[in-house]
Amino acid sequence: MTTRTDSPAPGNTNDAGSWTLRLRSRIVGLVPAGQALPDRQPIYVASWIYVFGVLTLAALAVVIISGGLLAIGGVAWWHVSSLGLFVNSLHLWSVELFFGFMVIHLWGKFWMASWRGGRAMTWITGMVLFLTSIGAAFTGYLSQANFASQWISAEAKDGLNSIGVGAFFNVLNPGQMLLWHVVLLPLGVGALTVIHVVLVRRHGVAPPIDAADPSMEKEA
Amino acid sequence: MTTATGTKSRASTPRDKTPDSHDFPTRSYDLVKEFTIALVVVIVLTGGLAAVFSSPDEKSITMSTWANQAPNDLIATAAAELAGTSVSATYGAPYNTNSDGQKLGPLSLQKWGGVRLPVDSAGLVLGPLAAVSGDSTLSSALATWKSATADQQTKWATDYGDALSKAPDGDPTKVATGDYGPVPDMATGLLRLAKTGGLEGILTSSGNFYGGDQTQSLLLLSDGAYLEDQARARNLGGDQWGMMNETGNYPGQPWMWLYTFWYQIPPFSTSDNADAQVWGLMMLLTLLLMFVPFIPGLRSIPRLIPIHRLVWRNYYRRAARR
Repeated sequence: MTTRTDSPAPGNTNDAGSWTLRLRSRIVGLVPAGQALPDRQPIYVASWIYVFGVLTLAALAVVIISGGLLAIGGVAWWHVSSLGLFVNSLHLWSVELFFGFMVIHLWGKFWMASWRGGRAMTWITGMVLFLTSIGAAFTGYLSQANFASQWISAEAKDGLNSIGVGAFFNVLNPGQMLLWHVVLLPLGVGALTVIHVVLVRRHGVAPPIDAADPSMEKEA
Repeated sequence: MTTATGTKSRASTPRDKTPDSHDFPTRSYDLVKEFTIALVVVIVLTGGLAAVFSSPDEKSITMSTWANQAPNDLIATAAAELAGTSVSATYGAPYNTNSDGQKLGPLSLQKWGGVRLPVDSAGLVLGPLAAVSGDSTLSSALATWKSATADQQTKWATDYGDALSKAPDGDPTKVATGDYGPVPDMATGLLRLAKTGGLEGILTSSGNFYGGDQTQSLLLLSDGAYLEDQARARNLGGDQWGMMNETGNYPGQPWMWLYTFWYQIPPFSTSDNADAQVWGLMMLLTLLLMFVPFIPGLRSIPRLIPIHRLVWRNYYRRAARR
């Protein structure tokens, strides 16, 4: 590959109207240089509670992979195949672990008041992610095509109908619920996860409550 | 270290003196190794739990199962659908306009959702019966039904439903003598159809080869008592923490514990508007938790209850020495 030496270096162009340059600047500026995948963390990042965010991400990866394997086999596969049942079990238990890790992560961040220092959107996206995940898990239970699906849908319809949502989100229609489960809600969970992680990397890990400002100490 | 791109963390409120995390001294931290180890741990845990405990898969209830296990319940349900007294017949939105449905205070949220999934409860019986051929008794009963006035139809079905409720075990063979018109033959016809295994197919296909919407069959099934009886026997009732329980000895959806909790206590456990009230309460609590960074008092709880001192105990110890 050869490169043209007379082409302007990135960022040195005067083409202020370029949408491409604006988008690139916006993307590059999302996270401080070197903070997208840093090899160092502030000294106060030294507790087991920090592990649960990463554990949640790891569990989400297993949820997506096991769900993808179930999708390959189709809706009825796991009812008639021992391998399918095992894959379904992987999916179920990875979901249980995902929620367990996420709830510990959430309450850990609450007691650390991790929304401080301009991190409110990080907290809010995490909460929306938690709610979206509940919806994803709920539609999964509705898509099982077994007794649990029948009973859960029969009960859930009353809750959703009572606030008018059931008119648009019909839990008695497993075809609709399956599409929400395998397309719409996973897309939401994935997008929110990316936004949440980018915000964490953008602002860094919240410092301890009442920590002295190191920049002020240096000046002193 | 300060950031070069101008994205230093800003204080969320004037009183928020949180320093920039990038100004603190750092230590080596291998994120990729941490994620890899976490992934291996999750894979091992998931595989172990799946191998040891598997997952629940209790077969769905078919209309044939219902007809064979609880024929009297299916007959009574058919009569209620024809009389317009079943749960779905008197439900309101999104199925019909026969009720205003639940309210959240003065707000008729259920009604405002509109009738977007219209269901005629009598149609849950008449539709499948119309597809049956070669049954002269049933054909005659349907012809009699169609030729009667709406009031007469309702009277026949209501009287038959009342008689069934008074009969021992709801046994159709033991109902008191009365003028029930063609309703007993129609209900028995539905029972016979259900036993053949063809009922749910007729209800879900709606003329389409690819039936994928079980709304009508699930409404009919849940209008009977059999489905709920089976669920309650497995501790899945609404007042048995059923919304977070699962069939078998599995954890279910423990993240739904708070939503489920409200159904166990008054006033929700005795309210006709419990679903709307619980949803309203949960929305309020969710909004409070979501916007806790902006709510004075609530956002100070972590500072007042110093669990954070455990998390950052090494940092605080070092800071105290300085």
